[in-house]
Amino acid sequence: MTLLHWATISPFLLAIFIPLLYKYFRKIHTGWFVLILPLVLFIYYFNYLPVTRDGGTVTEHVPWVPSLGINFDLYVDGLSLLFALLITGIGVLVVLYSIYYLADKKEKLNNFYVYLLLFMGAMLGVVLSDNLIVLYVFWEATSISSALLISYWFHREKSVYGAQKSMFITVFGGLSMLGGFSLIYVMTGTFSIREIIANVDLVTASSLFIPAMLFVLLGAFTKSAQFPFHIWLPDAMEAPTPVSAYLHSATMVKAGIYLVARVTPIFGGGATWFWIITLAGLTTLIWGSVQAVRQKDLKSILAFSTVSQLGMIMSLLGAGSAAYYFNDGDNLLYTTAILAAVFHLINHATFKGSLFMAAGIVDHQTGTRDIRKLGGLMTFMPITATISLFGLAAMAGIPPLNGFLSKELFFTGMVQASQYGIFNLDTWGMFLPIIAWIASIFTFLYCAILFFKTFRGKFQLEKLNVNKVREAPFGMLISPIVLITLVIVFGLFPHILAYSIIEPAMQSILPGILSAGERFEVYITHWHGFNLELWMTIGVFLIGILLYRTMSKWSKFGFYQTEQDIFNYVYDQGYDGLIKGSQVITRAQITGRLRDYFVYMCVFMVLLIFYTMFKYDGFMLSTDNLSPVEPYMWLVLIAFVASIVAVPFINNRMTAIIVTGAAGYLVAIMFTIFRAPDLALTQLLIETVSVILFMLVFVHLPKLKKEKIKSSTKIVNLIVSISVGAMITLVSISAFAFGSETGFSSIREYFIENSKVLAGGYNIVNVILVDFRGLDTMLEILVLAIAALGVISFIKLRLKEGEDV
Amino acid sequence: METLMIILTGVLVTIATYLVLSKSVIRVILGTAVYSHAAHLLIITMGGLKTGNVPILGDEDISTFVDPLPQALILTSIVISFAVTALVLVLAYRAYQTLGTDNMEELRGSKYE
Repeated sequence: MTLLHWATISPFLLAIFIPLLYKYFRKIHTGWFVLILPLVLFIYYFNYLPVTRDGGTVTEHVPWVPSLGINFDLYVDGLSLLFALLITGIGVLVVLYSIYYLADKKEKLNNFYVYLLLFMGAMLGVVLSDNLIVLYVFWEATSISSALLISYWFHREKSVYGAQKSMFITVFGGLSMLGGFSLIYVMTGTFSIREIIANVDLVTASSLFIPAMLFVLLGAFTKSAQFPFHIWLPDAMEAPTPVSAYLHSATMVKAGIYLVARVTPIFGGGATWFWIITLAGLTTLIWGSVQAVRQKDLKSILAFSTVSQLGMIMSLLGAGSAAYYFNDGDNLLYTTAILAAVFHLINHATFKGSLFMAAGIVDHQTGTRDIRKLGGLMTFMPITATISLFGLAAMAGIPPLNGFLSKELFFTGMVQASQYGIFNLDTWGMFLPIIAWIASIFTFLYCAILFFKTFRGKFQLEKLNVNKVREAPFGMLISPIVLITLVIVFGLFPHILAYSIIEPAMQSILPGILSAGERFEVYITHWHGFNLELWMTIGVFLIGILLYRTMSKWSKFGFYQTEQDIFNYVYDQGYDGLIKGSQVITRAQITGRLRDYFVYMCVFMVLLIFYTMFKYDGFMLSTDNLSPVEPYMWLVLIAFVASIVAVPFINNRMTAIIVTGAAGYLVAIMFTIFRAPDLALTQLLIETVSVILFMLVFVHLPKLKKEKIKSSTKIVNLIVSISVGAMITLVSISAFAFGSETGFSSIREYFIENSKVLAGGYNIVNVILVDFRGLDTMLEILVLAIAALGVISFIKLRLKEGEDV
Repeated sequence: METLMIILTGVLVTIATYLVLSKSVIRVILGTAVYSHAAHLLIITMGGLKTGNVPILGDEDISTFVDPLPQALILTSIVISFAVTALVLVLAYRAYQTLGTDNMEELRGSKYE
């Protein structure tokens, strides 16, 4: 275990001690103890920056299950370091914010921080793991800890619903991702991502390429809330706001983005990958932004906006993957989309984190998050209003903030992608920038709604749940202020990120594109001349303002009035349908009638055996090696058949018992005919005792009545019994013929020869029972003893209701 | 002879299955008894029904004895099936005493359902 390993799992280790700290230091808010760890980790990971900046990577190896190729290998390169810094950096701010947000003495802080630390450790594991299985383990740990955090206020029904939904969807994706990883292992024989990338030819050439890709993508899309799996994210807003800010804007939802970026060198370069990711991203982008416009709850708007922004990053990753397709010297031109993806990833984490925190402050200070009740808060909460203004302006893409820059790069990426001239792009490519442009208008619109409906307009104190609105305590404002400062700093000086973080991350997403000594051209600028992108941005602003101005007209439409996403309805109906459907199936077959189960068994057995016999042509009939039929045997046979066939028709219990008993005695006679004196003796005795027992018991049972069975049931019974009988007959005849055909002789010679010599007995059957195979007899005695004890306890033991032995 | 015996076994199994499928507990138990007869006869038949001597050593020629092994197996089986039958009989008796019915249709489910 190296220091890197300890650093990665340190949140888990601290989580063990949180309950103790909570219990013994009640005076100090538990969050202060937690705060130290992400701070230390952030500084620790920050020290790797010089290594990755020069294109270096760090690999640490610790064996876990070496025999299966599963090792706890950590790998630090530009991409994982970017994520590690995001996780720890925003982790610090979120913990700080939560200390003031969850100041209430009634909150279960020990639970909260344990879950949060579990999540932080799991997330660090996801981004730093080199081994696919280890990555999967951490991946599921994020799902579980996320569900725990969403249901933090578990007494609320909606929290539990949201947690369950997010769990279902993300675990469904996680499991399919595991399937994809297994297929990759089948193709390459290794779980190590670096080795897979080194042997990428094996994957590309394999017929499992497409299934593996789809399985892995399903995992990434469910985690990153891509269309149509985005429905869990708005319901996850029932979590405390620090959790929403941390998990559902900055880190966990980007795990899918991370995964797609990580496996781009494996799967990227083809038309399938390009179109699936770009289209999924663009659909999510436009769907999320349109849905966000009609939400009335601050956090719901932010949730759909997160969905839409994640779609934007995803579509950029798809468009940028085309760089692998080109092998000429110009392929650096096609990497703008990847640059935009990485840059927007950072930007989104900064402004979305601060927006969630601001929304939390509004909720905390006014008691509501409904924009219909809020308004005119600017005078009362100037700092929060300023934070929101900058955050929303960045999200809408207004210069000079960082959102503007990444939006321009997004347009550039999409316009470039539409001109690649491959993958049918000359036909469909023009739609990429158009969709991006329309979605940006809606983004602008909901940003405007968020700001103006919350902080401007009429102040309505009577609708709020508090008596007086005042600015939040300073501690709560620190984190959003830090994030907003970053928004402005990254906006004004984007190059402090360019070579230190963005470029190494691009190198990890697109390894092998560069020739030696070359670097990616990262040139981000506010002013790029009068080109198409600038006109697109101006168009977004103009139409966005126009739409906001005319809002009073179109807000009457039914579409705007409802908030429910259609896919929620699909999910809920599907969930209910699944439960009802399985209940119907279960009730249909599990009837509680033993007769039905017996019929299932018989039918299954008959079908299985007949199928096997027909398939392997197993029916045989042997005419030789048979013993002759003596005339007197016919007499016994006929009597036997007659007595047995009569039994079902008898409606008198005494007659039924006696006729069955007669059949038993006829069996004894048959044993006599077949030279088995011991059997005949035993059969006679047992049959006598059985008949007496039957008599004893049946005296106490009600009179046997004529069976009242429906004729359809009767026919089924008849068919089942006849087919079972026919099966036994045919199988036995074939088995007998087969047995005489193989020519293996019986081992009877051994018993006959050695009965006297070895055991000193003349009765061979008895010698077998007590000498050669004495163990059978011993256990048979045991069976008899158990049965006797059972009979006694049935009769003697009479317990009353609820009484125990 | 063997073929005849096997067909007889088939008839026994048919009747036994039909009995087990009926509503009254008595018929079900009788059905199991018929099943065990069928099984015993099938075992002895499959061992071969060559006419020979009873497997008790005396002065007879060694090669003429019938196979003793199936007989030993059946003897074990008879005893076990008797034990089970006795237990099931008492169970039926107790069930009727407690529940007041011997109809398989009514003997289902629990009061907690």
